[in-house]
Amino acid sequence: MIEPFVRLTGKLAALPRANVDTDQIIPKQFLKRVERTGFGPALFHDWRFRADGTPNPDFELNAPAAQGASLLLTWENFGCGSSREHAVWALREYGFRAILAPSFADIFFANCCQNGLVPVRLLPQEIGELFRRHRAAGGEYHLTVDLEEQRVEDGLGFRTAFTMERYRRDMLLRGLDVIGRTLLLEERIGAYERSRETRPGNGETW
Amino acid sequence: MTARTLFAKVWDGHVVAELPEGPALLYVDLHLVHEVTSPQAFESLRQAGRRVRRPELTVATVDHNVPTGDRRGPIADAISARQLDALASNAAEFGVELFDLQSPQQGIVHVIGPELGLTQPGMVIVCGDSHTATHGAFGALALGIGTSEVEHVLATQCLVWSRPGTMEARLTGTPAPGVTAKDLILALIGRIGTAGATGHVIEYTGEAIRGLSMEERMTVCNMSIEAGARAGMIAPDETTFAYLAGRPRAPAGAAWDRAVARWRELRTDPGATYDKQVELDASTVAPQVTWGTSPGMVTPVTGRVPDPGDFATDAERSAVARALEYMGLTPGTPLEGLPIDRVFLGSCTNARIEDLRAAARVVRETGRRHVARGVRAMVVPGSQQVKAQAEREGLDRVFSEAGFEWRNAGCSMCLGMNADVLQSGERCASTSNRNFEGRQGRGGRTHLMSPPMAAAAALAGRIVDVRTWAGEERGGGAA
Ligand code: SF4
Repeated sequence: MIEPFVRLTGKLAALPRANVDTDQIIPKQFLKRVERTGFGPALFHDWRFRADGTPNPDFELNAPAAQGASLLLTWENFGCGSSREHAVWALREYGFRAILAPSFADIFFANCCQNGLVPVRLLPQEIGELFRRHRAAGGEYHLTVDLEEQRVEDGLGFRTAFTMERYRRDMLLRGLDVIGRTLLLEERIGAYERSRETRPGNGETW
Repeated sequence: MTARTLFAKVWDGHVVAELPEGPALLYVDLHLVHEVTSPQAFESLRQAGRRVRRPELTVATVDHNVPTGDRRGPIADAISARQLDALASNAAEFGVELFDLQSPQQGIVHVIGPELGLTQPGMVIVCGDSHTATHGAFGALALGIGTSEVEHVLATQCLVWSRPGTMEARLTGTPAPGVTAKDLILALIGRIGTAGATGHVIEYTGEAIRGLSMEERMTVCNMSIEAGARAGMIAPDETTFAYLAGRPRAPAGAAWDRAVARWRELRTDPGATYDKQVELDASTVAPQVTWGTSPGMVTPVTGRVPDPGDFATDAERSAVARALEYMGLTPGTPLEGLPIDRVFLGSCTNARIEDLRAAARVVRETGRRHVARGVRAMVVPGSQQVKAQAEREGLDRVFSEAGFEWRNAGCSMCLGMNADVLQSGERCASTSNRNFEGRQGRGGRTHLMSPPMAAAAALAGRIVDVRTWAGEERGGGAA
């Protein structure tokens, strides 16, 4: 059961980098766990901590104003690289509920939706504007992400719409169990399996 | 019937249901499983009281987290061992076949699938690993999925996926000697960028692709994900059938003939259109070397480290500046001549037998037969079968006598989950697929290149142009 997401007003943290890959989000030395939990403390590990283990004061999320943020603002192609869902588990456990970017890598996008982390695609100029507003507010900047209305607004004049495919949106809004939902179609799966056996070549794959 | 692309034919043949809210429910023919992205999926399955719907279509191996040194003793890393144990008990509990550390067929999941003949044209193949795209070389629709999707496939044998766009990458011309499949795909990524094919499935076409062996095609499809595509495909042809014939899990006898007849139809019909197209003249491609921290940060080996000022946008300039700082490089430095500390010959991109042969050839052909002083070089075959084959051919001795470490199969330093990692600041010539910060070890500096280029770098102790360097070494008669 994933936690439903309808709308959320929260503090925004800014990570003005493009092509942030999943190796940065959760480095491989933390992939050995066999649970879905325990990844939050390792989020962005090699950026967040110096080699001696102390926090790196230069890293954006270590800024005092970024503490307690539930929304993450970043540049394009976020989550590229490996399929590791651990990256999404780490972001969720750290406290993020939505990520705003011009684009996301495909597998990462799907992984977000499976875990109640809302990937919000906005235009590059809108993301740029949010970076400006975040900076102007000294990092103390709050935003509302409304998934039901597919809208982002700051109550200070910034207001824009985004779109998400209905299937993914329903899943996120209602915290649906995707497997349970697919299993409602079990008869169709069975029928498909039987139809395959009568294809030329007996069980041909296409 | 309307003209369809290769992708459309495979997609259409697998739609179990079109969900009203957008995506389709797609049937999966082969589900490959490994130890890192599966334990949470099996655990949730167990908690929900669900079973694996088609265990006979599910195959597991261990690769990401396995030691590649001596395997006779217990695994030193207790946490790694726990992950391997978890896969073994999950496989036993749910009735899934497992190629474990002791199996002579163990290896990187994307190497053993094709090698065993599990990977076949027209299939939908998934695995909790982004380089599943490799299997597309056979005309399969093969893609990486996350752990929740792994669980979904285990429980339902289906994947929920919204129909992606199609992109044709047409590679014309003939690559020059010394230019490999790795160079072609790196050059393409350099051209279209690491998000160039996001939301699309690439079909590689053109005479340069037709001329590639199966293993080379796998190298190309493997790195589709580095171009942003979840899958890459190549239409099957005689090369494909010749590779598959006689493989243990491929059809045999009359079933083989029927299968091949069907597979021949797996090609894009004349007149079918793609959503996007890109063309690359393979004859213009030189050996490629990455200089930055993303596979798109790549240049011919004859090139120089770029200047951030040469880039158009602020975002690019800051990304390049950051990458150069991480890589310890100054703008304008020629790639050729850059000293290296480590060499990694391995990964699902470039650790098949042809890769090892090509690298060994460089070692043999050059007068200088030993790895340069101060350089540590490892060869990690993609599977135990590749390793055994190489040993039959005496390649292990070529490498060992030259000072390369000859190891057991696994992902190894491609992602450095086991003990095979770079130390901070070490510069590595690597045949793997990702040069992300810290990918091969925190602070490690990765330069991606082809196996012959990496072998030459090991011997020279610096990045060299294999096309000219090997000849000079021979001509110069250095011993
Ligand atoms: S060799 Fe590298 S890229 Fe390939 S599956 Fe292993 S870790 Fe992933």
